[in-house]
Amino acid sequence: MAFGIAASDAGLSAWETGAFSAFVFGGSAQFAAVDVIGDGGAPLSAIVAGLLLNLRCLAYGVVMAPALAGPRWKRALWSQVMVDQPAALGAAQPDRATARYAYLVCGTYLFVFWNLATLVGAIALPSAGDLVTDWGLDGGIPAIFLALLWPRLRQRDQRRTALAGAAIAFTLVPFTPAGLPVVGAAAGAVAGWRSRPADADDDADDDAHDGTDPA
Amino acid sequence: MTPTATVAVLAGLAVGTYALKAAAPLTFGARPLPPWLERLTEILPAALFAALVVTSTLTHEGHLVADARIAGLGAAAIALERRAPLVVVILASVAATALVRAL
Repeated sequence: MAFGIAASDAGLSAWETGAFSAFVFGGSAQFAAVDVIGDGGAPLSAIVAGLLLNLRCLAYGVVMAPALAGPRWKRALWSQVMVDQPAALGAAQPDRATARYAYLVCGTYLFVFWNLATLVGAIALPSAGDLVTDWGLDGGIPAIFLALLWPRLRQRDQRRTALAGAAIAFTLVPFTPAGLPVVGAAAGAVAGWRSRPADADDDADDDAHDGTDPA
Repeated sequence: MTPTATVAVLAGLAVGTYALKAAAPLTFGARPLPPWLERLTEILPAALFAALVVTSTLTHEGHLVADARIAGLGAAAIALERRAPLVVVILASVAATALVRAL
């Protein structure tokens, strides 16, 4: 539903918004692409920003592949729900049959719910620019990105990466067309590259208090 | 953005995303990714989410601006710190943004 509202805010029609949810089906990448579109960025920037975010689907595919045995057309169909929650749930199961079952149930549920909710958001709030700003609906978008980032801030390497990414984006905004600051922020991965997640566990308690301003 | 450009983004993102999702199940199976690519998939989202927090809070049509959305982000951070569910986080941000804008 939030995606429907975000896409309306960016000037997309209900059809376009619905097509994003059905065919792309990757929440964070959809938000990123629509954010770039809304800011007037180039199509290529929107695509690259979205694909960089969805790079993790490649890793999920590797984890889930052994459980997804079957005819080629079935594997092709099942792959569409290769996103965070189904992959995480599937990977947590003790055997392949349960893993496939968990992955498919969670994936199907998510796909149906996500698409229905998108349409509700897109139709309930057709692009009414004034309404969006008057009600503060544009303030919901940063909250979504912050919520996606939040659990990652517990680990030092993720925190360094996030800080670098935010700094790069902030620096690039005045000088580059919309969209490029997000793509350029990918270089922030260098900052967290070497410190492994294991380094961070000893100071996890302190971190609960210092992570209030990642931006 | 023109309708053609929007459709281009839609098509490019849909095809590219599907290729990433289906690559392992359809082609190389469970063979592990090279370590550098594995590492990249682990940390890249943090850089991009943080960048998106910056751009969605502090920019308007490609320029840096400071407006009511900053208050919204602060409210979201407080809600997240208190482990509020996502809906509450979003509503807190929306309410704070609207409130500050109305002042």
